[in-house]
Amino acid sequence: MEAAAGGGCGSGPPLLLSEGEQQCYSELFARCAGAAGGGPVSGPPEAGRAVPGAVTAAAGTVADLFRASQLPAETLHQITELCGAKRVGYFGPTQFYIALKLIAAAQSGLPVRIESIKCELPLPRFMMSKTDAEIRFGNPAELHGPKAQIPYSVTEKNTFKRMDDEDKQETQSPTMSPLASPPSSPPHYQRVPLSHGYSKLRSSTEQMHPAPYEARQPLVQPEGPSSGAPGAKPPRHQASLIRSFSVEREPHDNSSNYPEEPWRITEEQREYYINQFRSLQPDPSSFISGSVAKNFFTKSKLSIPELSYIWELSDADCDGALTLPEFCAAFHLIVARKNGYPLPEGLPPTLQPEYLQAAFPKPKRECTLFDSYSESMPANQQPRDLNRMEKLSIKDMADFPVPAQDVTSDDKQEQNKARLALKSTVDEALPKDMSEDPATKSGLLPPPPALPPRPCPSQSEQASEAEIHPQLNRAPSQAADSSPTKKDTPYSQPPSKPIRRKFRPENSATENQEPSSTVGGPASAATGKPHTAVQKQSSKQKKAIQTAIRKNKEANAVLARLNSELQQQLKEVHQERIALENQLEQLRPVTVL
Amino acid sequence: SRASSAVLARDNYPLYIRSSPTENELKFHYMVHTSLDVVDEKISAMGKALVDQRELYLGLLYPTEDHKIKYGYVTNSKVKFVMVVDSSNTALRDNEIRSMFRKLHSSYTDVMCNPFYNPGDRIQSRRAFDSMVTSMMVQVC
Repeated sequence: MEAAAGGGCGSGPPLLLSEGEQQCYSELFARCAGAAGGGPVSGPPEAGRAVPGAVTAAAGTVADLFRASQLPAETLHQITELCGAKRVGYFGPTQFYIALKLIAAAQSGLPVRIESIKCELPLPRFMMSKTDAEIRFGNPAELHGPKAQIPYSVTEKNTFKRMDDEDKQETQSPTMSPLASPPSSPPHYQRVPLSHGYSKLRSSTEQMHPAPYEARQPLVQPEGPSSGAPGAKPPRHQASLIRSFSVEREPHDNSSNYPEEPWRITEEQREYYINQFRSLQPDPSSFISGSVAKNFFTKSKLSIPELSYIWELSDADCDGALTLPEFCAAFHLIVARKNGYPLPEGLPPTLQPEYLQAAFPKPKRECTLFDSYSESMPANQQPRDLNRMEKLSIKDMADFPVPAQDVTSDDKQEQNKARLALKSTVDEALPKDMSEDPATKSGLLPPPPALPPRPCPSQSEQASEAEIHPQLNRAPSQAADSSPTKKDTPYSQPPSKPIRRKFRPENSATENQEPSSTVGGPASAATGKPHTAVQKQSSKQKKAIQTAIRKNKEANAVLARLNSELQQQLKEVHQERIALENQLEQLRPVTVL
Repeated sequence: SRASSAVLARDNYPLYIRSSPTENELKFHYMVHTSLDVVDEKISAMGKALVDQRELYLGLLYPTEDHKIKYGYVTNSKVKFVMVVDSSNTALRDNEIRSMFRKLHSSYTDVMCNPFYNPGDRIQSRRAFDSMVTSMMVQVC
């Protein structure tokens, strides 16, 4: 080659090319020549002077390549002149190589002189534009632009040949051995999917794959401080990747796309869940009843068994209502399921209510708003208890559009029952309670929508929480008329739990028969006050109390039914008695005196 | 040994039946069915008297083959639980049986709490319910 170079140039010293340079240049030349279709010589009349059998590179291609070197046009002119192409009118191999060497020299800051090329020079660098690369070098696939090209091609191209090329390209490390790059590439490749989220990277790497590494791919980072150490290469590339994809990847990384952590709720996800919660239930520290949640989650179009399973997982305290952390967990599970994750066997630790509450403490902030919420609090508490009582038979759902009157009467009764349970006094007359009710009822009446009309009075809950009197159960003392009908419809109404042994001794039929309700006025009046106090209680206490309350409610239901049955019997007995008295009257001998 | 549990709805259709593996499931179904008569009788008898929260009765001692003891339990919503155990096990397990029924009842109400469960549906592989029942039955054996 040297001889030819010398011969071709006609003047100038023999061109000394290092191994790497030689390979690189020859490849480039081949490309230029190949792209040019092999052999055509641009430039006019000198064509005749082309060395027979020699391959020349098309001037246009070469020009593009030179332009890619990002040298000023003036320099390029100089180079072409110097290398002899102008003289001979074509870019033979000699000229081409000389030109490349001159370019390298120019890029290194050396003056464009023939003398410059005598010394060791780094390889010239060419910043290929996308279109150029495509057109000239036949890249079929879509490229992401020069910036992305090298890193991907580094990762994609596992062939040693290409690795070698890239090595040559590395101006930072001209002496980097070819072997150094492949080891770094696979780890880099692996690293890339992990750090870039799934879908984005997959699409981009797929695109990169077919892109042949043709031209000298540009290096993203300017050679500079980074050394040619192999280790530096992947981080550099990664940095470039990160730079180019950080924006798109941001949401992906933040979303639960980590393969290890699909159950972690990100900040923005949590915001979304909270907003959804608010749309169902304005008070974030209160609950969503089961029926409301059911309607909401059914919209997600998951199957009912799956939703049921998700509910099982997320309703940790099994109370038929969802607090905010429970709701977030459930929502997150639904989202995960819709995205194809299989449902876990148990609630993952990152979705536990305690974890969620600790990780994202919010309710405290809401405390100050409670004064404004105090009215709605009862209503908010209501649905939760409602649901617990109801256990959601379909009939209950249908009951809801019952006219308001029924609701109010039920309200009264329910409130009475609950207060009864908690206060454990038996002797107050029903009417007295009824009179109290309207005051609180107004707060209760606008409950959240889609609730069965079985209000479990929040008042009682409030009162109970204030007093922490969970366990005393007394006779339900219902006005029995409407309660049996309502109570009988949901046969699945949970009976009182057997655990409450103390319930049995207290349960006497005579007490049941008394249509008395307990819990007088003060309870209702006081419920306003305890609201704010209640909110400040720890959630654990609340939960314990609420479970107790639930049990009490169940006991109440049982007793109510008992009561109604007994009253029925009483009626029958009365009737019998009347009949008997009539008979007696008829049979009594008329005493005439 | 073997044990079986069944949950029956108010109208006496089964919501859940589970036998320990060695049990002949069909036979168990039959046993439950026959025991229903006794259960109904007891319920109606109880209706007049003071209602205790639960009933516990030593059920039909199965005349033939293995002596199986059936226990019944009725909730106030007329949902019935029936359990069958081998009599070869130690007797005097009244408290154990009671506690088992209590657990059953408690799990049942938890199932009820799920808004996606419609009363009257079969209790299908409730992660909590089913596992609780099977673990309980294993304990009995």
